[in-house]
Amino acid sequence: MVRPTRVTNNIRILRFAAGEMTQAELADRVGVTRQTIIAIEQGRYSPSLEVAFRIAHALTTPLDEVFGYPNEES
Amino acid sequence: MPFEQKTTWVSVVIGVLVPIGYFAAVLPQLADTSAADIAYQKPLVIAVIASIILTILGTIAMAIATAIGAEITGTGSVDDIDRKDERDISISRRGDVVAYYVASAGAVVALILTMLEYEYFWIANTLYLSFAVAGLVSGIVKLRAYRRGF
Repeated sequence: MVRPTRVTNNIRILRFAAGEMTQAELADRVGVTRQTIIAIEQGRYSPSLEVAFRIAHALTTPLDEVFGYPNEES
Repeated sequence: MPFEQKTTWVSVVIGVLVPIGYFAAVLPQLADTSAADIAYQKPLVIAVIASIILTILGTIAMAIATAIGAEITGTGSVDDIDRKDERDISISRRGDVVAYYVASAGAVVALILTMLEYEYFWIANTLYLSFAVAGLVSGIVKLRAYRRGF
């Protein structure tokens, strides 16, 4: 069973907005494998804060626009 | 497929084949020889060395195949071969933790056999089996984590 992560992301949309950047290109810029980018996009893996920041920088987007987390109170 | 996942496949396949080969060579001797008289030492050393050498060769072959594959298909990158990211490390750690518990359980069984003064044959083979199973379970846990998410 896939362990669900509550972290959501807009990486796919932001990649296309950033000149249709491929998963491989993003992986190269962040310094992770393409499979890790795929796993993050699909919500199968929550990256470390450091990798999350690097993804945000690569997509030239603020971190909280790349990743989201549901508010417990809402 | 990340290169780490490919090398995990290599170690799982070798982790199945080599112990099967070893036990297939040694265990049938129990039919007509007492455990104390079976010369298991040489096959055991060969099995351990074979596992190490085959894993190294398998990893090299996988690296060459990955590089050729990346060149031919134009997809993937040769850089992937030496790229090990935080997810690879986390998955590897998870596998290692499971392996630790499996190997520890095997060591406890070997300890009990020692206290009960079983033949060295049983103690050595219990230890080898527990290491072999630990390595295998570790590989399966890693492959499962790669496939199903982490």
